[in-house]
Amino acid sequence: MSAGPARAVTDGWIVAKRNLIKIKRVPEVLVFVLISPIMFVLLFAYVFGGAINPAGSVGYKEFLIGGIFAQTVVFGATFTGAGLAEDMQKGIIDRFRSLPMSSAAVLVGRTTSDVVYNILSLIIMALTGLLIGWRIREGVLDAAAGFLLLLVFAYAISWVMAWVGLLVPSVEVIQNASFIVIMPLTFVSNAFVPLESFSGALRHVVEWNPVSTLTQAARELFGNTDPRLPVSDAWSMQHPALYTLLWVVLILAVFVPLSVRQYQLSSSR
Amino acid sequence: MGEMIRATGLVKRYQKVEALAGLDLSVQEGRVLALLGPNGAGKTTAVRILSTLLKPDGGSAQVAGVDVAADPDGVRARIGLSGQYAAVDEYLTGYENLEMVGRLYGLGKQRSRERARELLERFDLAGAGDRPSKTYSGGMRRRLDLAGALVAEPPVLILDEPTTGLDVRSRQQMWGVIRELVSSGATLLLTTQYLEEADRLADEIVVIDHGRAIARGTADELKSQTGGERIEVVLTDVADRVAATAVLQAVAVGEVQADDNGRALTAAVDGGARALSGVLARFADDDIDVLDIGLRRPTLDDVFLSLTGRATADEASDAAATETTEEVPA
Repeated sequence: MSAGPARAVTDGWIVAKRNLIKIKRVPEVLVFVLISPIMFVLLFAYVFGGAINPAGSVGYKEFLIGGIFAQTVVFGATFTGAGLAEDMQKGIIDRFRSLPMSSAAVLVGRTTSDVVYNILSLIIMALTGLLIGWRIREGVLDAAAGFLLLLVFAYAISWVMAWVGLLVPSVEVIQNASFIVIMPLTFVSNAFVPLESFSGALRHVVEWNPVSTLTQAARELFGNTDPRLPVSDAWSMQHPALYTLLWVVLILAVFVPLSVRQYQLSSSR
Repeated sequence: MGEMIRATGLVKRYQKVEALAGLDLSVQEGRVLALLGPNGAGKTTAVRILSTLLKPDGGSAQVAGVDVAADPDGVRARIGLSGQYAAVDEYLTGYENLEMVGRLYGLGKQRSRERARELLERFDLAGAGDRPSKTYSGGMRRRLDLAGALVAEPPVLILDEPTTGLDVRSRQQMWGVIRELVSSGATLLLTTQYLEEADRLADEIVVIDHGRAIARGTADELKSQTGGERIEVVLTDVADRVAATAVLQAVAVGEVQADDNGRALTAAVDGGARALSGVLARFADDDIDVLDIGLRRPTLDDVFLSLTGRATADEASDAAATETTEEVPA
Protein backbone atom coordinates (compact mmCIF):
# COMPACT_ATOMS: atom_id res chain seq x y z
CA MET A 1 0.00 0.00 0.00
CA SER A 2 1.04 3.53 -0.57
CA ALA A 3 3.57 4.76 1.91
CA GLY A 4 4.70 8.21 2.92
CA PRO A 5 3.31 10.34 5.72
CA ALA A 6 3.03 13.27 3.28
CA ARG A 7 0.55 11.38 1.08
CA ALA A 8 -1.30 10.23 4.21
CA VAL A 9 -1.81 13.89 5.15
CA THR A 10 -2.79 15.23 1.71
CA ASP A 11 -4.99 12.23 0.83
CA GLY A 12 -6.36 12.22 4.38
CA TRP A 13 -7.41 15.84 4.01
CA ILE A 14 -9.18 15.07 0.73
CA VAL A 15 -11.15 12.30 2.46
CA ALA A 16 -11.82 14.59 5.44
CA LYS A 17 -13.32 17.18 3.10
CA ARG A 18 -15.57 14.49 1.68
CA ASN A 19 -16.74 13.63 5.22
CA LEU A 20 -17.39 17.29 5.98
CA ILE A 21 -19.47 17.73 2.84
CA LYS A 22 -21.84 15.18 4.34
CA ILE A 23 -22.42 17.51 7.29
CA LYS A 24 -23.47 20.16 4.82
CA ARG A 25 -25.83 17.79 2.97
CA VAL A 26 -27.29 16.10 6.06
CA PRO A 27 -27.38 18.88 8.65
CA GLU A 28 -29.71 16.80 10.82
CA VAL A 29 -26.69 14.78 11.96
CA LEU A 30 -25.04 17.93 13.19
CA VAL A 31 -28.12 19.04 15.09
CA PHE A 32 -28.12 15.85 17.14
CA VAL A 33 -24.38 15.98 17.67
CA LEU A 34 -24.75 19.46 19.09
CA ILE A 35 -27.94 19.03 21.07
CA SER A 36 -26.65 16.18 23.21
CA PRO A 37 -23.81 18.22 24.80
CA ILE A 38 -26.29 20.96 25.64
CA MET A 39 -28.50 18.36 27.25
CA PHE A 40 -25.60 16.97 29.23
CA VAL A 41 -24.66 20.38 30.57
CA LEU A 42 -28.22 21.24 31.55
CA LEU A 43 -29.15 17.83 32.95
CA PHE A 44 -26.09 17.46 35.11
CA ALA A 45 -26.13 21.04 36.29
CA TYR A 46 -29.79 21.11 37.25
CA VAL A 47 -30.60 17.49 38.06
CA PHE A 48 -27.51 16.51 40.02
CA GLY A 49 -26.36 20.04 40.76
CA GLY A 50 -28.49 20.26 43.87
CA ALA A 51 -27.62 16.83 45.21
CA ILE A 52 -23.88 16.96 44.67
CA ASN A 53 -22.05 19.99 45.86
CA PRO A 54 -18.44 19.09 46.31
CA ALA A 55 -16.60 22.29 45.74
CA GLY A 56 -17.89 24.85 48.16
CA SER A 57 -17.54 28.27 46.68
CA VAL A 58 -16.86 27.20 43.12
CA GLY A 59 -20.10 25.27 43.01
CA TYR A 60 -21.03 22.12 41.21
CA LYS A 61 -21.77 23.79 37.89
CA GLU A 62 -18.30 25.15 37.62
CA PHE A 63 -16.79 21.89 38.81
CA LEU A 64 -18.95 19.98 36.39
CA ILE A 65 -18.15 21.77 33.15
CA GLY A 66 -14.59 20.42 32.85
CA GLY A 67 -15.94 16.90 33.40
CA ILE A 68 -18.70 17.31 30.83
CA PHE A 69 -16.24 18.64 28.28
CA ALA A 70 -14.01 15.61 28.82
CA GLN A 71 -16.87 13.15 28.79
CA THR A 72 -18.45 14.59 25.66
CA VAL A 73 -15.32 14.67 23.53
CA VAL A 74 -14.46 11.12 24.60
CA PHE A 75 -17.99 9.96 23.72
CA GLY A 76 -17.57 11.75 20.39
CA ALA A 77 -15.08 9.07 19.39
CA THR A 78 -18.02 6.70 18.94
CA PHE A 79 -18.78 8.82 15.93
CA THR A 80 -15.42 7.97 14.43
CA GLY A 81 -16.03 4.27 14.84
CA ALA A 82 -19.56 4.47 13.48
CA GLY A 83 -18.50 6.60 10.50
CA LEU A 84 -15.75 4.19 9.62
CA ALA A 85 -17.89 1.08 10.06
CA GLU A 86 -20.41 2.72 7.74
CA ASP A 87 -17.72 3.62 5.21
CA MET A 88 -16.49 0.05 5.10
CA GLN A 89 -19.92 -1.18 4.03
CA LYS A 90 -20.34 1.32 1.24
CA GLY A 91 -19.37 1.00 -2.40
CA ILE A 92 -17.12 4.03 -2.19
CA ILE A 93 -14.58 2.06 -0.17
CA ASP A 94 -13.92 -0.11 -3.26
CA ARG A 95 -13.11 3.04 -5.17
CA PHE A 96 -10.69 4.15 -2.44
CA ARG A 97 -9.03 0.75 -2.35
CA SER A 98 -8.50 0.68 -6.08
CA LEU A 99 -6.80 4.09 -6.14
CA PRO A 100 -3.07 4.66 -5.70
CA MET A 101 -3.71 6.64 -2.51
CA SER A 102 -2.28 6.33 0.98
CA SER A 103 -3.75 3.39 2.84
CA ALA A 104 -3.94 5.56 5.96
CA ALA A 105 -5.98 8.25 4.20
CA VAL A 106 -9.45 6.91 4.98
CA LEU A 107 -8.52 6.73 8.69
CA VAL A 108 -6.70 10.05 8.77
CA GLY A 109 -9.63 11.65 6.97
CA ARG A 110 -12.22 10.25 9.36
CA THR A 111 -10.34 11.15 12.55
CA THR A 112 -9.62 14.63 11.17
CA SER A 113 -13.21 15.42 10.23
CA ASP A 114 -14.27 14.31 13.69
CA VAL A 115 -11.99 16.97 15.19
CA VAL A 116 -14.28 19.47 13.49
CA TYR A 117 -17.29 17.88 15.20
CA ASN A 118 -15.49 18.13 18.54
CA ILE A 119 -14.59 21.78 17.99
CA LEU A 120 -18.22 22.55 17.25
CA SER A 121 -19.50 20.65 20.26
CA LEU A 122 -16.93 22.34 22.56
CA ILE A 123 -18.08 25.76 21.33
CA ILE A 124 -21.71 24.86 21.95
CA MET A 125 -20.97 23.44 25.39
CA ALA A 126 -18.87 26.44 26.39
CA LEU A 127 -21.65 28.81 25.37
CA THR A 128 -24.22 26.77 27.27
CA GLY A 129 -21.87 26.70 30.26
CA LEU A 130 -21.41 30.46 30.18
CA LEU A 131 -25.19 30.92 30.09
CA ILE A 132 -25.69 28.91 33.26
CA GLY A 133 -22.91 30.59 35.18
CA TRP A 134 -19.66 28.81 34.29
CA ARG A 135 -16.73 31.19 34.06
CA ILE A 136 -13.15 30.98 32.80
CA ARG A 137 -11.12 32.29 35.70
CA GLU A 138 -7.60 31.93 34.32
CA GLY A 139 -6.02 33.65 31.30
CA VAL A 140 -7.19 33.25 27.74
CA LEU A 141 -4.05 31.31 26.84
CA ASP A 142 -4.62 28.87 29.68
CA ALA A 143 -8.19 28.36 28.57
CA ALA A 144 -7.06 27.84 24.97
CA ALA A 145 -4.57 25.26 26.20
CA GLY A 146 -7.41 23.57 28.06
CA PHE A 147 -9.53 23.30 24.92
CA LEU A 148 -6.54 22.13 22.90
CA LEU A 149 -5.78 19.38 25.40
CA LEU A 150 -9.40 18.22 25.20
CA LEU A 151 -9.20 18.08 21.40
CA VAL A 152 -5.87 16.27 21.34
CA PHE A 153 -7.04 13.64 23.78
CA ALA A 154 -10.29 13.21 21.84
CA TYR A 155 -8.24 12.76 18.67
CA ALA A 156 -6.27 9.93 20.28
CA ILE A 157 -9.46 8.19 21.48
CA SER A 158 -10.80 8.56 17.93
CA TRP A 159 -8.04 6.28 16.72
CA VAL A 160 -8.99 3.66 19.33
CA MET A 161 -12.58 3.74 18.10
CA ALA A 162 -11.41 3.74 14.49
CA TRP A 163 -9.75 0.42 15.19
CA VAL A 164 -12.91 -0.88 16.87
CA GLY A 165 -14.94 0.42 13.92
CA LEU A 166 -12.84 -1.68 11.55
CA LEU A 167 -13.25 -4.80 13.69
CA VAL A 168 -17.02 -4.77 14.05
CA PRO A 169 -19.24 -6.11 11.28
CA SER A 170 -21.82 -3.32 11.35
CA VAL A 171 -22.62 0.16 12.55
CA GLU A 172 -25.11 -1.12 15.13
CA VAL A 173 -22.44 -3.08 16.97
CA ILE A 174 -20.21 -0.05 17.37
CA GLN A 175 -22.67 1.72 19.68
CA ASN A 176 -22.59 -1.16 22.15
CA ALA A 177 -18.89 -1.79 21.73
CA SER A 178 -18.07 1.81 22.47
CA PHE A 179 -20.24 1.83 25.58
CA ILE A 180 -18.16 -0.97 27.02
CA VAL A 181 -15.00 1.08 26.53
CA ILE A 182 -16.18 4.60 27.11
CA MET A 183 -18.73 4.32 29.92
CA PRO A 184 -16.33 2.97 32.56
CA LEU A 185 -13.58 5.26 31.32
CA THR A 186 -15.65 8.37 31.90
CA PHE A 187 -17.65 7.30 34.94
CA VAL A 188 -14.80 5.80 36.94
CA SER A 189 -13.22 9.24 36.92
CA ASN A 190 -13.53 12.57 38.65
CA ALA A 191 -15.61 13.96 35.78
CA PHE A 192 -18.89 14.05 37.68
CA VAL A 193 -18.00 13.33 41.30
CA PRO A 194 -15.00 14.48 43.31
CA LEU A 195 -12.04 12.18 43.70
CA GLU A 196 -12.64 12.08 47.47
CA SER A 197 -15.82 10.10 47.01
CA PHE A 198 -13.84 7.09 45.76
CA SER A 199 -11.96 4.91 48.23
CA GLY A 200 -9.45 2.09 48.28
CA ALA A 201 -8.26 0.52 45.06
CA LEU A 202 -10.91 2.29 43.00
CA ARG A 203 -9.46 5.62 44.05
CA HIS A 204 -6.10 4.64 42.53
CA VAL A 205 -7.83 3.69 39.33
CA VAL A 206 -9.57 7.05 39.24
CA GLU A 207 -6.33 8.91 39.97
CA TRP A 208 -4.50 7.25 37.09
CA ASN A 209 -7.43 7.24 34.66
CA PRO A 210 -6.47 9.66 31.85
CA VAL A 211 -10.04 10.96 31.72
CA SER A 212 -9.58 12.10 35.35
CA THR A 213 -6.34 13.85 34.57
CA LEU A 214 -7.84 15.39 31.44
CA THR A 215 -10.72 16.70 33.55
CA GLN A 216 -8.34 17.89 36.26
CA ALA A 217 -6.12 19.65 33.70
CA ALA A 218 -9.14 21.32 32.10
CA ARG A 219 -10.38 22.52 35.51
CA GLU A 220 -6.97 23.90 36.37
CA LEU A 221 -6.56 25.64 33.02
CA PHE A 222 -10.05 27.16 33.21
CA GLY A 223 -9.49 28.13 36.84
CA ASN A 224 -12.35 25.98 38.09
CA THR A 225 -10.58 24.20 40.95
CA ASP A 226 -11.33 24.95 44.54
CA PRO A 227 -8.26 25.69 46.71
CA ARG A 228 -10.05 24.34 49.77
CA LEU A 229 -10.41 20.85 48.31
CA PRO A 230 -7.72 18.35 49.22
CA VAL A 231 -5.20 17.84 46.42
CA SER A 232 -4.37 14.30 45.37
CA ASP A 233 -0.72 13.42 45.84
CA ALA A 234 -0.65 10.92 42.94
CA TRP A 235 1.93 12.00 40.33
CA SER A 236 -0.73 11.84 37.60
CA MET A 237 -2.97 14.30 39.43
CA GLN A 238 -0.04 16.53 40.27
CA HIS A 239 0.88 16.85 36.58
CA PRO A 240 -2.46 16.23 34.90
CA ALA A 241 -1.70 17.92 31.55
CA LEU A 242 1.65 16.20 31.10
CA TYR A 243 0.26 12.82 32.18
CA THR A 244 -2.67 13.19 29.74
CA LEU A 245 -0.30 14.04 26.90
CA LEU A 246 1.77 10.94 27.69
CA TRP A 247 -1.42 8.92 27.21
CA VAL A 248 -2.10 10.68 23.94
CA VAL A 249 1.34 9.73 22.65
CA LEU A 250 0.98 6.16 23.87
CA ILE A 251 -2.49 5.69 22.37
CA LEU A 252 -1.45 7.13 19.00
CA ALA A 253 1.75 5.06 18.93
CA VAL A 254 -0.29 1.89 19.44
CA PHE A 255 -3.54 2.54 17.62
CA VAL A 256 -2.43 4.40 14.49
CA PRO A 257 -0.33 1.47 13.19
CA LEU A 258 -2.87 -1.05 14.53
CA SER A 259 -5.76 0.66 12.72
CA VAL A 260 -3.87 1.10 9.46
CA ARG A 261 -2.92 -2.56 9.59
CA GLN A 262 -6.51 -3.56 10.25
CA TYR A 263 -7.68 -1.42 7.33
CA GLN A 264 -5.21 -3.13 5.01
CA LEU A 265 -6.23 -6.56 6.28
CA SER A 266 -9.92 -5.95 5.80
CA SER A 267 -9.11 -4.59 2.36
CA SER A 268 -7.39 -7.64 1.03
CA ARG A 269 -9.36 -10.53 2.46
CA MET B 1 3.52 -3.31 -24.58
CA GLY B 2 1.80 -6.45 -25.84
CA GLU B 3 0.13 -8.32 -23.03
CA MET B 4 -1.70 -5.93 -20.67
CA ILE B 5 -3.39 -8.42 -18.37
CA ARG B 6 -2.01 -11.78 -17.48
CA ALA B 7 -3.24 -14.14 -14.80
CA THR B 8 -1.71 -17.54 -14.19
CA GLY B 9 -3.31 -20.25 -12.08
CA LEU B 10 -5.32 -17.92 -9.81
CA VAL B 11 -6.77 -19.67 -6.78
CA LYS B 12 -9.01 -18.19 -4.10
CA ARG B 13 -10.78 -20.09 -1.36
CA TYR B 14 -13.51 -18.97 1.02
CA GLN B 15 -13.74 -21.54 3.79
CA LYS B 16 -14.80 -24.64 1.87
CA VAL B 17 -15.79 -22.92 -1.35
CA GLU B 18 -13.21 -22.58 -4.05
CA ALA B 19 -14.14 -19.32 -5.77
CA LEU B 20 -11.24 -19.60 -8.21
CA ALA B 21 -9.68 -22.94 -9.01
CA GLY B 22 -6.72 -22.08 -11.22
CA LEU B 23 -7.85 -19.41 -13.65
CA ASP B 24 -5.61 -18.28 -16.52
CA LEU B 25 -6.29 -15.09 -18.44
CA SER B 26 -4.46 -13.05 -21.03
CA VAL B 27 -5.48 -9.79 -22.69
CA GLN B 28 -3.43 -8.10 -25.38
CA GLU B 29 -3.15 -4.32 -25.56
CA GLY B 30 -6.20 -2.62 -27.03
CA ARG B 31 -8.31 -5.77 -26.86
CA VAL B 32 -11.49 -6.53 -24.95
CA LEU B 33 -11.89 -9.71 -23.00
CA ALA B 34 -15.25 -10.69 -21.56
CA LEU B 35 -15.40 -13.02 -18.61
CA LEU B 36 -18.75 -14.73 -19.05
CA GLY B 37 -20.37 -16.82 -16.38
CA PRO B 38 -23.34 -17.19 -14.05
CA ASN B 39 -23.54 -15.76 -10.52
CA GLY B 40 -20.91 -17.29 -8.28
CA ALA B 41 -18.72 -18.51 -11.14
CA GLY B 42 -15.83 -16.47 -9.75
CA LYS B 43 -15.98 -13.44 -12.02
CA THR B 44 -16.05 -10.86 -9.27
CA THR B 45 -13.30 -12.66 -7.37
CA ALA B 46 -11.07 -12.57 -10.46
CA VAL B 47 -11.77 -8.86 -10.95
CA ARG B 48 -11.02 -8.08 -7.31
CA ILE B 49 -7.71 -9.89 -7.49
CA LEU B 50 -6.68 -8.12 -10.69
CA SER B 51 -7.59 -4.76 -9.20
CA THR B 52 -5.63 -5.49 -5.97
CA LEU B 53 -8.71 -5.50 -3.73
CA LEU B 54 -8.14 -9.13 -2.88
CA LYS B 55 -5.05 -11.28 -2.42
CA PRO B 56 -5.13 -14.64 -4.19
CA ASP B 57 -4.34 -17.86 -2.31
CA GLY B 58 -2.38 -19.11 -5.30
CA GLY B 59 -1.17 -18.10 -8.73
CA SER B 60 0.06 -14.74 -9.96
CA ALA B 61 -1.17 -11.82 -11.99
CA GLN B 62 0.35 -8.89 -13.84
CA VAL B 63 -1.46 -5.81 -15.07
CA ALA B 64 0.31 -3.53 -17.56
CA GLY B 65 3.46 -5.46 -16.75
CA VAL B 66 3.19 -4.79 -13.00
CA ASP B 67 2.74 -7.64 -10.54
CA VAL B 68 -0.38 -7.23 -8.36
CA ALA B 69 1.27 -8.79 -5.32
CA ALA B 70 4.69 -7.11 -5.58
CA ASP B 71 3.52 -3.60 -6.46
CA PRO B 72 -0.19 -3.11 -5.82
CA ASP B 73 0.15 0.68 -5.96
CA GLY B 74 1.81 0.45 -9.34
CA VAL B 75 -1.19 -1.54 -10.55
CA ARG B 76 -3.66 0.91 -9.00
CA ALA B 77 -2.02 3.77 -10.87
CA ARG B 78 -2.59 1.94 -14.16
CA ILE B 79 -6.15 0.67 -13.81
CA GLY B 80 -9.62 2.09 -13.67
CA LEU B 81 -12.17 -0.08 -11.88
CA SER B 82 -15.91 0.15 -12.16
CA GLY B 83 -17.82 -2.31 -10.08
CA GLN B 84 -21.17 -4.00 -9.97
CA TYR B 85 -22.20 -1.76 -7.07
CA ALA B 86 -21.52 1.81 -8.10
CA ALA B 87 -18.58 3.06 -6.02
CA VAL B 88 -19.78 6.62 -5.67
CA ASP B 89 -20.37 8.71 -2.57
CA GLU B 90 -24.09 9.39 -2.41
CA TYR B 91 -23.76 12.65 -0.46
CA LEU B 92 -21.28 14.15 -2.90
CA THR B 93 -22.36 15.64 -6.19
CA GLY B 94 -21.24 14.01 -9.41
CA TYR B 95 -18.65 16.73 -9.82
CA GLU B 96 -17.35 16.37 -6.26
CA ASN B 97 -17.08 12.61 -6.68
CA LEU B 98 -14.96 12.89 -9.80
CA GLU B 99 -12.86 15.75 -8.48
CA MET B 100 -12.08 13.75 -5.34
CA VAL B 101 -11.08 10.69 -7.36
CA GLY B 102 -8.80 12.86 -9.51
CA ARG B 103 -7.11 14.29 -6.43
CA LEU B 104 -6.62 10.83 -4.96
CA TYR B 105 -5.07 9.62 -8.22
CA GLY B 106 -2.63 12.49 -7.64
CA LEU B 107 -3.73 14.60 -10.62
CA GLY B 108 -3.60 17.93 -8.79
CA LYS B 109 -6.35 20.42 -8.12
CA GLN B 110 -6.52 22.12 -11.53
CA ARG B 111 -6.37 18.96 -13.62
CA SER B 112 -8.85 17.14 -11.38
CA ARG B 113 -11.41 19.90 -11.87
CA GLU B 114 -10.95 19.93 -15.63
CA ARG B 115 -11.25 16.17 -15.84
CA ALA B 116 -14.38 16.16 -13.68
CA ARG B 117 -16.13 18.66 -15.98
CA GLU B 118 -14.93 16.87 -19.13
CA LEU B 119 -16.19 13.52 -17.96
CA LEU B 120 -19.55 14.82 -16.76
CA GLU B 121 -20.01 16.30 -20.22
CA ARG B 122 -18.95 13.12 -21.96
CA PHE B 123 -21.19 10.87 -19.88
CA ASP B 124 -24.24 13.04 -20.33
CA LEU B 125 -24.22 14.06 -16.67
CA ALA B 126 -23.33 17.75 -17.04
CA GLY B 127 -26.85 18.84 -16.12
CA ALA B 128 -26.85 16.70 -12.96
CA GLY B 129 -23.22 17.35 -12.07
CA ASP B 130 -23.98 19.64 -9.18
CA ARG B 131 -26.65 17.47 -7.60
CA PRO B 132 -25.82 14.92 -4.89
CA SER B 133 -25.46 11.55 -6.61
CA LYS B 134 -28.10 10.21 -4.22
CA THR B 135 -30.67 11.80 -6.52
CA TYR B 136 -29.36 9.96 -9.60
CA SER B 137 -31.07 7.05 -11.33
CA GLY B 138 -29.35 3.66 -11.38
CA GLY B 139 -28.07 4.23 -14.90
CA MET B 140 -26.70 7.68 -14.06
CA ARG B 141 -24.96 6.37 -10.98
CA ARG B 142 -23.36 3.61 -13.03
CA ARG B 143 -22.17 6.11 -15.62
CA LEU B 144 -20.73 8.28 -12.87
CA ASP B 145 -18.92 5.25 -11.50
CA LEU B 146 -17.51 4.44 -14.93
CA ALA B 147 -16.45 8.07 -15.29
CA GLY B 148 -14.62 7.65 -11.97
CA ALA B 149 -12.67 4.76 -13.46
CA LEU B 150 -11.57 6.97 -16.37
CA VAL B 151 -10.46 10.04 -14.43
CA ALA B 152 -6.75 9.29 -14.71
CA GLU B 153 -7.02 7.88 -18.25
CA PRO B 154 -5.63 4.51 -17.18
CA PRO B 155 -4.39 2.13 -19.88
CA VAL B 156 -6.36 -0.79 -18.44
CA LEU B 157 -10.05 -0.77 -17.57
CA ILE B 158 -11.74 -3.42 -15.48
CA LEU B 159 -15.53 -3.40 -15.50
CA ASP B 160 -17.42 -5.79 -13.27
CA GLU B 161 -20.89 -6.46 -14.70
CA PRO B 162 -21.29 -2.91 -16.00
CA THR B 163 -24.93 -3.34 -17.04
CA THR B 164 -26.35 -5.78 -14.49
CA GLY B 165 -29.55 -4.37 -13.06
CA LEU B 166 -29.93 -1.62 -15.67
CA ASP B 167 -33.02 -1.16 -17.78
CA VAL B 168 -32.81 -1.70 -21.53
CA ARG B 169 -32.27 1.94 -22.40
CA SER B 170 -29.52 2.48 -19.82
CA ARG B 171 -27.88 -0.74 -20.99
CA GLN B 172 -27.82 0.42 -24.60
CA GLN B 173 -26.37 3.73 -23.48
CA MET B 174 -23.70 1.98 -21.42
CA TRP B 175 -22.77 -0.22 -24.38
CA GLY B 176 -22.32 2.88 -26.50
CA VAL B 177 -20.00 4.41 -23.92
CA ILE B 178 -17.95 1.24 -23.57
CA ARG B 179 -17.61 0.80 -27.34
CA GLU B 180 -16.34 4.36 -27.56
CA LEU B 181 -13.71 3.64 -24.91
CA VAL B 182 -12.55 0.60 -26.77
CA SER B 183 -12.24 2.47 -30.04
CA SER B 184 -9.99 4.99 -28.27
CA GLY B 185 -7.55 2.15 -27.60
CA ALA B 186 -8.12 1.10 -23.99
CA THR B 187 -7.51 -2.47 -22.92
CA LEU B 188 -10.61 -3.79 -21.25
CA LEU B 189 -11.59 -6.71 -19.09
CA LEU B 190 -15.30 -6.95 -18.44
CA THR B 191 -17.43 -9.51 -16.70
CA THR B 192 -20.97 -10.24 -17.68
CA GLN B 193 -23.80 -12.69 -17.31
CA TYR B 194 -25.13 -11.89 -20.76
CA LEU B 195 -23.87 -13.62 -23.86
CA GLU B 196 -25.32 -10.81 -25.92
CA GLU B 197 -23.24 -8.25 -24.06
CA ALA B 198 -20.05 -10.26 -24.50
CA ASP B 199 -20.95 -10.71 -28.15
CA ARG B 200 -21.37 -6.99 -28.73
CA LEU B 201 -18.38 -5.71 -26.82
CA ALA B 202 -15.68 -8.34 -26.64
CA ASP B 203 -12.97 -9.51 -29.02
CA GLU B 204 -12.58 -12.64 -26.99
CA ILE B 205 -14.69 -14.47 -24.45
CA VAL B 206 -13.69 -16.72 -21.58
CA VAL B 207 -16.57 -18.72 -20.15
CA ILE B 208 -16.01 -19.53 -16.50
CA ASP B 209 -17.76 -21.88 -14.16
CA HIS B 210 -16.81 -22.93 -10.63
CA GLY B 211 -13.72 -20.73 -10.80
CA ARG B 212 -12.34 -22.36 -13.92
CA ALA B 213 -12.30 -21.44 -17.59
CA ILE B 214 -14.46 -23.96 -19.44
CA ALA B 215 -14.27 -22.41 -22.91
CA ARG B 216 -12.45 -19.63 -24.70
CA GLY B 217 -12.75 -18.04 -28.08
CA THR B 218 -14.43 -15.34 -30.10
CA ALA B 219 -18.16 -14.90 -29.91
CA ASP B 220 -18.47 -16.63 -33.29
CA GLU B 221 -16.42 -19.59 -32.18
CA LEU B 222 -18.53 -20.00 -29.07
CA LYS B 223 -21.72 -19.68 -31.04
CA SER B 224 -20.69 -22.28 -33.52
CA GLN B 225 -20.19 -24.61 -30.57
CA THR B 226 -23.51 -23.61 -29.14
CA GLY B 227 -25.37 -23.30 -32.38
CA GLY B 228 -26.58 -19.88 -33.44
CA GLU B 229 -30.08 -18.67 -32.82
CA ARG B 230 -32.88 -20.70 -31.34
CA ILE B 231 -36.27 -21.49 -32.76
CA GLU B 232 -38.76 -21.81 -29.95
CA VAL B 233 -42.13 -23.37 -30.56
CA VAL B 234 -45.13 -23.81 -28.30
CA LEU B 235 -47.56 -26.34 -29.73
CA THR B 236 -51.31 -26.02 -29.53
CA ASP B 237 -51.72 -29.77 -29.30
CA VAL B 238 -49.20 -32.02 -27.55
CA ALA B 239 -50.14 -34.77 -29.97
CA ASP B 240 -48.17 -32.97 -32.69
CA ARG B 241 -44.98 -33.28 -30.67
CA VAL B 242 -43.35 -36.09 -32.63
CA ALA B 243 -44.15 -34.58 -36.01
CA ALA B 244 -43.00 -31.10 -34.94
CA THR B 245 -39.77 -32.47 -33.48
CA ALA B 246 -39.02 -34.17 -36.78
CA VAL B 247 -39.51 -30.89 -38.70
CA LEU B 248 -37.25 -29.00 -36.31
CA GLN B 249 -34.63 -31.74 -36.21
CA ALA B 250 -34.20 -31.36 -39.97
CA VAL B 251 -32.82 -27.82 -39.54
CA ALA B 252 -31.37 -28.14 -36.02
CA VAL B 253 -27.77 -28.15 -34.89
CA GLY B 254 -27.69 -30.86 -32.22
CA GLU B 255 -30.69 -32.31 -30.41
CA VAL B 256 -34.10 -30.62 -30.26
CA GLN B 257 -34.94 -29.89 -26.62
CA ALA B 258 -38.43 -30.35 -25.22
CA ASP B 259 -39.78 -29.06 -21.92
CA ASP B 260 -41.32 -31.37 -19.36
CA ASN B 261 -44.85 -31.53 -20.74
CA GLY B 262 -43.60 -31.66 -24.33
CA ARG B 263 -45.43 -28.63 -25.64
CA ALA B 264 -42.48 -26.27 -25.85
CA LEU B 265 -39.66 -27.25 -28.21
CA THR B 266 -36.33 -25.52 -28.73
CA ALA B 267 -33.93 -26.08 -31.60
CA ALA B 268 -30.57 -24.42 -32.17
CA VAL B 269 -30.28 -23.47 -35.84
CA ASP B 270 -27.68 -21.93 -38.10
CA GLY B 271 -29.82 -20.29 -40.72
CA GLY B 272 -31.77 -17.91 -38.48
CA ALA B 273 -34.78 -16.35 -40.20
CA ARG B 274 -34.48 -18.58 -43.23
CA ALA B 275 -34.65 -21.68 -41.06
CA LEU B 276 -37.65 -20.22 -39.28
CA SER B 277 -39.61 -19.59 -42.47
CA GLY B 278 -38.78 -23.10 -43.65
CA VAL B 279 -40.12 -24.54 -40.43
CA LEU B 280 -43.28 -22.43 -40.66
CA ALA B 281 -43.93 -23.70 -44.19
CA ARG B 282 -43.49 -27.33 -43.14
CA PHE B 283 -45.77 -26.83 -40.11
CA ALA B 284 -48.45 -25.43 -42.46
CA ASP B 285 -48.06 -28.38 -44.83
CA ASP B 286 -48.36 -30.88 -41.98
CA ASP B 287 -51.23 -29.05 -40.23
CA ILE B 288 -49.27 -28.47 -37.06
CA ASP B 289 -50.79 -25.57 -35.08
CA VAL B 290 -48.63 -23.44 -32.83
CA LEU B 291 -49.52 -21.04 -30.04
CA ASP B 292 -46.23 -19.28 -30.36
CA ILE B 293 -43.15 -19.51 -32.49
CA GLY B 294 -40.09 -17.28 -32.55
CA LEU B 295 -36.42 -16.85 -33.06
CA ARG B 296 -34.14 -15.81 -30.24
CA ARG B 297 -30.44 -15.30 -29.75
CA PRO B 298 -28.60 -17.88 -27.66
CA THR B 299 -28.28 -16.94 -24.01
CA LEU B 300 -25.70 -17.80 -21.44
CA ASP B 301 -27.95 -20.68 -20.48
CA ASP B 302 -27.68 -22.11 -23.98
CA VAL B 303 -23.90 -21.78 -23.93
CA PHE B 304 -23.82 -23.47 -20.58
CA LEU B 305 -26.17 -26.19 -21.62
CA SER B 306 -24.04 -27.04 -24.59
CA LEU B 307 -20.72 -26.76 -22.72
CA THR B 308 -21.63 -28.45 -19.47
CA GLY B 309 -24.87 -30.24 -20.19
CA ARG B 310 -26.66 -28.37 -17.41
CA ALA B 311 -28.38 -25.03 -17.05
CA THR B 312 -26.98 -22.18 -14.99
CA ALA B 313 -30.16 -22.01 -12.92
CA ASP B 314 -29.25 -25.29 -11.18
CA GLU B 315 -26.54 -23.46 -9.36
CA ALA B 316 -28.54 -20.50 -8.21
CA SER B 317 -28.46 -21.56 -4.58
CA ASP B 318 -24.76 -22.28 -4.09
CA ALA B 319 -23.91 -19.46 -6.44
CA ALA B 320 -25.77 -17.03 -4.20
CA ALA B 321 -23.81 -18.30 -1.22
CA THR B 322 -20.48 -17.76 -2.94
CA GLU B 323 -21.39 -14.32 -4.16
CA THR B 324 -22.37 -13.28 -0.65
CA THR B 325 -19.00 -14.39 0.68
CA GLU B 326 -17.30 -12.41 -2.02
CA GLU B 327 -19.06 -9.21 -1.16
CA VAL B 328 -18.31 -9.14 2.56
CA PRO B 329 -15.77 -6.32 2.74
CA ALA B 330 -14.34 -6.94 6.19
